[in-house]
Amino acid sequence: MTTKSGLLQWIDERFPLTSTIREHLTEYYAPKNFNFWYYFGSLALLVLVIQIVTGIFLVMHYKPDASLNASGIPVAFASVEYIMREVPGGWFIRYMHSTGASAFFIVVYLHMFRGLLYGSYRKPRELVWIFGVLIFLALMAEAFMGYLLPWGQMSYWGAQVIINLFSAIPVIGPDLSTVIRGDFVISDATLNRFFSLHVIAVPLVLLLLVAAHIIALHEVGSNNPDGIEIKKKKDANGRPLDGIPFHPYYTVKDIVGVAGFLIVFFAVLFFVPEAGGYFLEYNNFIPANPMVTPPHIAPVWYFTPFYSILRAVTYPLFGIDAKFWGVVAMGAAVIIIAFLPWLDRAPVKSIRYKGPIYKTALTIFVISFLILGYLGVLPPTPGRTLVSQICAVLYFAFFLLMPWYSKIDPCKPEPERVTWK
Amino acid sequence: MSKDQALDDNRRQLLIATSVVGGAGVVAAAAPFVASLTPSERAKAAGAPAEADISKLAPGEMMTVEWRGQPVWILRRTEAMLATLEEVEPQLADPTSEKSVQPPYAKNRHRSIKPEYLVVIGICTHLGCSPTAKFAKGEASGIGKDWLGGYLCPCHGSLFDLAARVFKSQPAPTNLTVPPHQYLTDTKILIGEDKA
Repeated sequence: MTTKSGLLQWIDERFPLTSTIREHLTEYYAPKNFNFWYYFGSLALLVLVIQIVTGIFLVMHYKPDASLNASGIPVAFASVEYIMREVPGGWFIRYMHSTGASAFFIVVYLHMFRGLLYGSYRKPRELVWIFGVLIFLALMAEAFMGYLLPWGQMSYWGAQVIINLFSAIPVIGPDLSTVIRGDFVISDATLNRFFSLHVIAVPLVLLLLVAAHIIALHEVGSNNPDGIEIKKKKDANGRPLDGIPFHPYYTVKDIVGVAGFLIVFFAVLFFVPEAGGYFLEYNNFIPANPMVTPPHIAPVWYFTPFYSILRAVTYPLFGIDAKFWGVVAMGAAVIIIAFLPWLDRAPVKSIRYKGPIYKTALTIFVISFLILGYLGVLPPTPGRTLVSQICAVLYFAFFLLMPWYSKIDPCKPEPERVTWK
Repeated sequence: MSKDQALDDNRRQLLIATSVVGGAGVVAAAAPFVASLTPSERAKAAGAPAEADISKLAPGEMMTVEWRGQPVWILRRTEAMLATLEEVEPQLADPTSEKSVQPPYAKNRHRSIKPEYLVVIGICTHLGCSPTAKFAKGEASGIGKDWLGGYLCPCHGSLFDLAARVFKSQPAPTNLTVPPHQYLTDTKILIGEDKA
């Protein structure tokens, strides 16, 4: 305390600067056995910053206006082309934003998979996990609304299909979809409100949720690949024996992750920014035309597993349309993830000490998820629908049967201290 | 307030009353924000009828007119096309358009005022994509050798016949919607308004 400079002392008497830095960085003890999978949390934060910064610059040139300009092209579509062709550096900023959207989901899916591997959702980290699921939901809303803004054919017809899903809800459905659109069809009103939500409302919610996610994490401490609590073994000063200060150890480690990530990110950005139609679909380079649907419409890759689950429901139930139950199944597929802390009854957290049943279940789950994702970009056929129905059942079985199979799974004993080479 | 102090009922009631009044104010203030999300007066007024000139439409051809931001198709059917309407009826989900939306004058086999001209909103009743015309018969259509002509929705594969009636076991629940319309002259159709 005596070494503090005058200015720092002056601030600390008015704002908890030093104590916050200590609590969250220099004296936040993280387990020393973090591995490769632990890069994706900090990378998600990096992509969030990329999206916010590029977004701020895009808004300086983008115009959310569906009316036609003098050449008969919608103003919104033309403004994106203007950014791509005429704004100095505009193509770079735009491709960073569009590649960033896909990168965000890649990083977040891997971050979530890490949670499944090491039981990061288990007590006492239930709230960390729930905030995470809410972040995922907000991210999906953000991506969906952002995709309308270029006002291309996929923007228009993708939004048409998804907003029409809400009209399947009994009683309030048709009015609800009108309120979402702000019109009876997707129009300028829809474009403007999606712009507002994409640029202001959802990012604010996202930032608050990310703050809650990190504050909750720092309250309980990070999990690790062994799934044991480092707080159980402390030294004489009350520091975890297997913990190391987040700064400088993990800040430096994460810089390596950032460098590796940016190499891949910019390789995509410079050489395959559309990623073969997966990051930016070809039909979206055609201006929105409410008169003609493109021959094949599919959501962007990160929505396809859930879109497949939606399409897999083909039977009406209780006298309500199949499409309503499809919406319910799609919503349930996301929400059910939040219940993992209470579904997993295994005596150990990490896959390292879980038995063959969980390893098999997780493998089947991941394969089903990937098949659902693949089928979601293809047009439906009876055979593909059957495969997606099987995979959808397996997806839900992973969660719903977990209370039983996780209990009978023969687990190995956990070590006393983290294993570490 | 420490625990040994008695609860002051008057203050407690004042506290509740203040909270309720404040809460009511918040709810009242939210009303215009929610209202602003509903279609504006301009959007509501945009449903002006659209006029279509069908004088240049050849038999077997289809034209698209924009009405309320939606595609409206006008299909001039040939005798051969009209003949298919009865043939496909056993395969249809709603052949007599009982569950479907259309004005009373279009609730018939050809779903139109004049059998020759079909006027229909080209938006699938499933999730709102615009189906594609598949007028070629048989294998040439890419649908199947028994195909007699009609429409295919590219999004989820719903099939419709040449009177926009949906086939059985398709994602679309009902036939395509016929908008109110009337003939101003023999070659002019007004879409969005009828004599009734």
